[in-house]
Amino acid sequence: MKGLNGADMAFVIFAASLVMLMIPGLALFYGGMVRSKNVLSTTLHSYAALAVISIQWIFIGYTLAFGPDKNGLIGGLDFAFLRNIGELPNADYSTTIPQLLFVIFQMMFAVITAAVISGGFAERMRFPAFLLFILLWSTFVYDPIAHWVWGGAGENAGWLKKLGVLDFAGGFVVEINSGISGLVAAIMLGKRKKMRPEPHHLPMAILGGGILWFGWFGFNAGSALAVNGVAVNAFLTTNTSAAAGAISFVICEWLINKKPTALGTISGAIAGLVAITQGAGYVTPMSAFIIGLIGGAASFFAIVFLKAKLGYDDALDAFGCHGVGGIWGAIATALFATKSVNPAGADGLFYGSAELLKSHMIAVVVIVFYAAVATFVILKVIGKLTRLRINKEEETEGLDVALHGENAYNIFH
Amino acid sequence: MSDKITKVDILTSESKLEDLMDALNKIDITGMTVSSVLGCGVQKGHKEYYRGTAVDIKLLPKVKIEIVIANVPLEKVLETAKAVLHTGQIGDGKIFVYDVENVIRISDGAEGKAAL
Repeated sequence: MKGLNGADMAFVIFAASLVMLMIPGLALFYGGMVRSKNVLSTTLHSYAALAVISIQWIFIGYTLAFGPDKNGLIGGLDFAFLRNIGELPNADYSTTIPQLLFVIFQMMFAVITAAVISGGFAERMRFPAFLLFILLWSTFVYDPIAHWVWGGAGENAGWLKKLGVLDFAGGFVVEINSGISGLVAAIMLGKRKKMRPEPHHLPMAILGGGILWFGWFGFNAGSALAVNGVAVNAFLTTNTSAAAGAISFVICEWLINKKPTALGTISGAIAGLVAITQGAGYVTPMSAFIIGLIGGAASFFAIVFLKAKLGYDDALDAFGCHGVGGIWGAIATALFATKSVNPAGADGLFYGSAELLKSHMIAVVVIVFYAAVATFVILKVIGKLTRLRINKEEETEGLDVALHGENAYNIFH
Repeated sequence: MSDKITKVDILTSESKLEDLMDALNKIDITGMTVSSVLGCGVQKGHKEYYRGTAVDIKLLPKVKIEIVIANVPLEKVLETAKAVLHTGQIGDGKIFVYDVENVIRISDGAEGKAAL
């Protein structure tokens, strides 16, 4: 053990703060894309996740995800309520930062993942049902999957980690997981009265997207948990993929709809960011360019054609962006990963090994299946306790006034 | 009779706008002006809360649809609007009917019915 390193600690504290900033960013991004009568309810989904999951995480979330491994499936309760956690590192995760700092960094991931799902059921979910949902979902879906992919080390690790799955910053744990869960929730809650997008404030959505791009540097580079070459590489792969995603999304728009749009540009950037999340610390910046290009285009086709064809109402494209981008990221990492970038990683198909592709395909199938089934069960259970969806009158009046007694824009004041 | 031009203002709730536009389209009313307005009448407002403080909101968001007609009979417009908007509850809105003295199309100077 090398002992604590001040530079690493400062870096991860900063990175955790950047990830926290993604939550207001997401609130703006989502809030700008809904009708003016639902902007506060949509915004509150992100902030409520920040409040609720922050507490859930230090009570039981962290220990379920990162506690001592139990059969590769879940973390033990040794760290519940932050017991046995102090200034010393936990060598399973880092040798140079206090475990408490790792708790903080990972907390922001758990929060943002719960908040991302809300894009699927925006403009129609009742608030009590939403609160129950994020609490149960985080505990029974996020925490176990985080454990499978990231928990423990060596022989005592999560089963997907032992299988050799690489997930640098949460392509599996955050993106695929939230995207699929958002899709299932969108289908179960049913369509809104009017599915046509009526974004009430695009500059707000675009500012939110910009803040997400900025915060993603903490998400991805920070996942190195140290100031080193891998972190620097992750920073550049992240930025490259975001840029490439923006370019390819907007080219698709330009060719098919004949006009490049501002919201399309930032949506493409988010798709690129999602796609690189998994491989940021394992692939080269040149590979990241290709990953972003394909990620942006895949997301475009999912949002524009797949959604229209299948008719589900994924209001803010939690699936179209995070699900599709995340699944592409899982495949892409298995193709482009190279040990020359990160000796702790593995070589992908284009560097001579098919092993990674095999384990990633297994992980995609398992996580899609588990997230879908668990989300279904959780919503069914909540549906027995309380109504999931607002009624027609409330939907017409808008969730802000109907559920929260608040109005975002008082034009005569 | 034949040169009579009539203006109809319909004030109603936002949620009915699309249905109303569809119905008016079916009776060949294709031109209209729509504005978002706030209003109050028989319908009371609701309470909102800001940092725990209750605020009475008297003015509710409504839409105002302005139509000027000459060829389509007024009765037909009124029947259509009533059929779409009526729920029997307060807040369904009101319809105002006015005579119009003249209409001028700015681009070519046409006046009266020809300008519509």
